[in-house]
Amino acid sequence: MTPTTARRCLAPLAVVMLVAVGACGSSKKSGGASTTPGGGSQLPATTLSGSGSSFQDAFDEQVFRDFTSDAQKNVTVNYSPTGSGQGQTDLQGGLVDFAGSDSLVKAADVSKFKGALLYVPIVSAPITISYKLSGVTSLTLSASTIAKIFSSKITTWDAPEIKADNPSASLPSTPIVVVHRSDGSGTTANFTKYLTEAAPSDWTLGTDKVVNWASNTIGAAKNTGVAEKISSTDGAIGYVDFSDAKAANLTFASIKNAAGKVVAPTLAGATAAMASAPVTADVTVSPMNAPGTDAYPITSPTYMIVYENQTDHNKGTALKALLEYVLGAGQAKAESLDFAKLPDALLAKAKAQLDKIQIP
Amino acid sequence: MVADSPPVAHLSDGHRPPGRFADLAFRWVALLAGLSVLVVLALIAFSTTHEAWPAFSKEGIHFFTSKRWDVPGQHFGALAFIAGTLLVSAIALFFAVPVSIGIALFITEVVPRRLRRSIVYVVDLLAAVPSVVYGLWGATVLAPKSTGFYDNVARTFRSVPILHTLLSGQPVSGVSYMTAGVIVALMITPIITSITREVFATVPTSQKEAATALGATRWEMIRGSVFPHSRGGIVGAVLIGLGRAMGETIAVALVVGSATSLTGRLFSPGDTMAAVIANQFGEATDTYRAALVGLGVVLFAITIVIGVIARAFVARADARSAGA
Repeated sequence: MTPTTARRCLAPLAVVMLVAVGACGSSKKSGGASTTPGGGSQLPATTLSGSGSSFQDAFDEQVFRDFTSDAQKNVTVNYSPTGSGQGQTDLQGGLVDFAGSDSLVKAADVSKFKGALLYVPIVSAPITISYKLSGVTSLTLSASTIAKIFSSKITTWDAPEIKADNPSASLPSTPIVVVHRSDGSGTTANFTKYLTEAAPSDWTLGTDKVVNWASNTIGAAKNTGVAEKISSTDGAIGYVDFSDAKAANLTFASIKNAAGKVVAPTLAGATAAMASAPVTADVTVSPMNAPGTDAYPITSPTYMIVYENQTDHNKGTALKALLEYVLGAGQAKAESLDFAKLPDALLAKAKAQLDKIQIP
Repeated sequence: MVADSPPVAHLSDGHRPPGRFADLAFRWVALLAGLSVLVVLALIAFSTTHEAWPAFSKEGIHFFTSKRWDVPGQHFGALAFIAGTLLVSAIALFFAVPVSIGIALFITEVVPRRLRRSIVYVVDLLAAVPSVVYGLWGATVLAPKSTGFYDNVARTFRSVPILHTLLSGQPVSGVSYMTAGVIVALMITPIITSITREVFATVPTSQKEAATALGATRWEMIRGSVFPHSRGGIVGAVLIGLGRAMGETIAVALVVGSATSLTGRLFSPGDTMAAVIANQFGEATDTYRAALVGLGVVLFAITIVIGVIARAFVARADARSAGA
């Protein structure tokens, strides 16, 4: 290609790009000016920072971006998905304005914070039991069978317990390969919490971010790593959060819930679980093994944790506006991001939490 | 010789030559630089041990003798990870050492001079590949493809004593001690190669020529002149490779399988200290966190011991070749 022809080709391209950029810029401006949800005026320039749960990161990323582009243009929100534990530590040290967390603050750690905390539930999501088994496209598992599989008490797919859950399926004698998280993870904590609650006699490994898996299981890093191992290994089974499992095209097992009904992992099932679970006074929910008939039993809630008494006027106001947006416009976007929105009753309670925020 | 000595004597007499102050300054700067390494090492040892103390004092000797790593139950025994680290390193050395010595001999004794430079360049290039790249290749290519191979090997050696235990394990998606060992072997080969190559290059030509003049074949010359002269240097190179193998983190974490198991079955998944720290540190708190730091202390201690042994071997080899 000679320089002349190169210029000839590039010139129209450059024009097209300029027009496109101009069009984007102007449409954004006009769109933004007309819609300021909540009717609020524009807040002064502030930067909010948060860290914590990687589970809610995909939701946060999109909703925070929309918040700063549609609602409050002067506010910047940074969120780093460092893990729930790190988020809580950062909030204790005052490094961040809010923490994302899938787990509640341990009683022993409450005194390490600089003041009273508020939990604001934002969304929930199912944790899938994903598997790969050639010839088997639908599978039902009860809590006790899951507990036995994941503690290596059942080692082949044609075990009587699995047959009892799936009387009509033809199951091969393939060995079961349990895949778990190799890194410390809130997903592991929530999954093992479910097993502890739903199958206490069959699950003896306890519940934490890392548990003492049997020696013939294999570990992989992050949800995506577990998903990759499952999809590349015949006979593999593991727990993967809903959005990553969907993205990896995994096959999900349906789970027999506390009411005895077989439920596939869906966002509606997660919302139903949240709706049927009791809500505590500090607006936390434990939807694991929830009693509702349509409840998907392995559902994990996720929260934003903030200080009740804010110390900075601008930051406090912006933080409250952000939370209002998450519980307002954010809820409508949840489904498209593979997260389950809050049920109405809980949403009302979550919104009531925002009124408790004290701004100087 | 005699003619050269008077100026030397002149420099060391009572006159102050202009370079004296610079000499003194250089001496102190060099001393401080040398000491800073020791100070940093001591501070690392102190602060990590201090951080790990809650776990050490809680577990006592069980930290080293128990294989139970149970976070919900708050039991932290590192034996399975210590053994795993040694196992992966042993496999890596088993493959890397003969190959490295072979490459080094090939470069110094066999290959024509004009090709030598490009081969050295390629080997050094291998050392420059980031470890995560080896790890990703291991996890996405080597591990899935090796499952069938492991199965066949296990079947072949089924009735051979000892080997039927070593060469067995669960063929689960190829992640295993063996896969990790092979990946680490690839990573330490360039290091061992370049050090042994340097060592072979120091063998005096006169010794090699003497062997050849006595009618030795090339192999007899290597065995009789090159190896005896470089034995200490080779051992030093191997120990430096071993130090690197034990500390290798991310590549091992990707292919070792992250299972807490104490086993001699090389095809089964396991874990190493460095991989456990990398995987679990992010979300760890309190005693659990201290236990992970404790793994670091153990790894640090073993690495230092190996480093000291390596230095001792190299020093002995130097002394011997200087005396020769």
